[in-house]
Amino acid sequence: MKILNLLKIAWRAIKLNKLRTFLTMLGIIIGVAAVITMLAIGEGSKNSIRTQISSMGSNMITIRPGAGMRGGVRTDPSEMQSIKIEDYEVIANKSSLLTKISPVVSGSGQVITGAQNWPSTIYGVSEAYLDIRALEIEEGSMFTQSDVRSAAKVAIIGQTIVENLFPDGESPIGKMIRFNKIPFKIIGVLASKGENTFGQDQDDLLVAPYTTVQKRILSINYLNSIVASAISEEQANDAVKEVTQIMRDQHSISNPAEDDFNVFSMEELISMFSSTSEMLTLLLVAVAAISLLIGGIGIMNIMYVSVKERTREIGLRLAVGGRGMDILIQFLIEAILISITGGLIGVTLGFLSTFLISNILSWPTQITLYSVIISFGVCAITGIFFGWYPAKKASILDPIVALRYE
Amino acid sequence: MGQETVHALKGISFGVEQGEFVTIMGSSGSGKSTMLNILGCLDRPTSGSYEIDQVSVGELTKNELAKIRNEKIGFIFQSYNLLARTSAIENVELPLLYNSKYSSEERRNKAIEALKMVGLGQRLDHTPAQLSGGQQQRVAIARSLVNDPVVILADEATGNLDTRTSYEIMALFQDLNKQGKTIVFVTHEDDIAAFSSRTLEFRDGNVISNNVNRNILSAQKELDALPKKE
Repeated sequence: MKILNLLKIAWRAIKLNKLRTFLTMLGIIIGVAAVITMLAIGEGSKNSIRTQISSMGSNMITIRPGAGMRGGVRTDPSEMQSIKIEDYEVIANKSSLLTKISPVVSGSGQVITGAQNWPSTIYGVSEAYLDIRALEIEEGSMFTQSDVRSAAKVAIIGQTIVENLFPDGESPIGKMIRFNKIPFKIIGVLASKGENTFGQDQDDLLVAPYTTVQKRILSINYLNSIVASAISEEQANDAVKEVTQIMRDQHSISNPAEDDFNVFSMEELISMFSSTSEMLTLLLVAVAAISLLIGGIGIMNIMYVSVKERTREIGLRLAVGGRGMDILIQFLIEAILISITGGLIGVTLGFLSTFLISNILSWPTQITLYSVIISFGVCAITGIFFGWYPAKKASILDPIVALRYE
Repeated sequence: MGQETVHALKGISFGVEQGEFVTIMGSSGSGKSTMLNILGCLDRPTSGSYEIDQVSVGELTKNELAKIRNEKIGFIFQSYNLLARTSAIENVELPLLYNSKYSSEERRNKAIEALKMVGLGQRLDHTPAQLSGGQQQRVAIARSLVNDPVVILADEATGNLDTRTSYEIMALFQDLNKQGKTIVFVTHEDDIAAFSSRTLEFRDGNVISNNVNRNILSAQKELDALPKKE
């Protein structure tokens, strides 16, 4: 009942200074809106990275040459030839936590058919590759194990190549193409996957038996990487450990620091890419938090001026029966009302700007409940914290002195 | 170095009965303001006792004093002390906001009643800026009446007003006194004291005279006798 009256008193005081109150709120409004928008952008990009990477096959694990040190010499991983076909065979035989496994060799070159040509990348893999990468055949079929064994010159192509080499809409199945002068027969077309988070076209590829690509195109006997599917997503990390151990045994490495390969699951890949965006989010939130702090100081400043300016009013309130506590609560409520109203406007503005960003700039965004709760909570705390000192100051005024204050 | 102790009031003893209209006179530094602060429970005497409505004020805490001020005392100040940009009715409601006994409807009704008593029944929603000095002081008087106080304390209530307006205000005070209100009026103007029923004169912290006024002038008659305004 009494609090209700004090709320009424505080509300009247705020209404009397609309413009000033609004300007005071502005710091809080901008701070809250910034925090919410920044977190929404951060969360959005994190989510989109996660979805993209998961779409490559969420239980996929990858074995790549790593920055190893052989005899004290560090080597550039992309130049390394540390993964051999024997490694693939050993892992395929010994591992208990993998269902499918495929070697990967890749090279870029020009695809030519008749009058059309297009630069692309060829992936030499085993017949298990499509399942591991969660790729689907739209038309035709995948090559078989015997194609791999015989190093058959057959290929499956992505939609981008279909569009560029067969612009007339005819079916590419059974047609011949040449990749770096080597003829391939097209036996299948992949379903479209579109662009990934990093703007890479996932449809611009050819898939052929690794034996063919190794011998006929690249003339190499090592592998670029090995991909495999763990039994389940939950066991992906155990599979990583198992494969690491198999690889160390195979390469006779006793000191993990000398590993000449890297094994990682999708989860690790996600956290690797997310960490950059998390760092950026943290930075943006820090900037936004500072603006919230400045907003808080703005509230303290205005409340302090307000107490000075209204000294006689405070004296009067004390004279007609207001207690020190009533005055304290009144000014505290004023500060909290300002910061909470500012917070509400800020939240609304944050939603609005997030909406605009995702619609106009088409950035991925995701507003999280915790960002709303945190920024709003910080607002209320700011109001109490920065309103306390001026309110306390008002409440301990001597009514006699306050009444005569000029 | 120590602070010099000033005895603003020394060995004073007097009482005010219900229904009296007492003026406290004295030049500045005579101790009349200190007296008013004590009477108004804004300050406590260093020694001695003060009783209002059978309550001894000496031992009360700050919050208890605030409650006494809220329920038993009506203040009127020289400079009105109205809240700016706030309607007359909200200004008058103010003391009741600090008393949880009143509902908002009761508050409003009491405020309207008080404003009618001071002749501002038609100006409930005017803000101080829309009112003349005399009218502002009437709002302040209404505010002092709204909590049905035991005593109304006026501090130089006519000090900022011209002669005609101060006579109007004094007529209002006399009127309120006739209705049974107890009034203590601090002033340094002799002609104002002539309208009261008793005058206490202060000098150097002492009461030097305490005279019952045998010949109370009517402020309304004095007002009628003033030359008419152009």
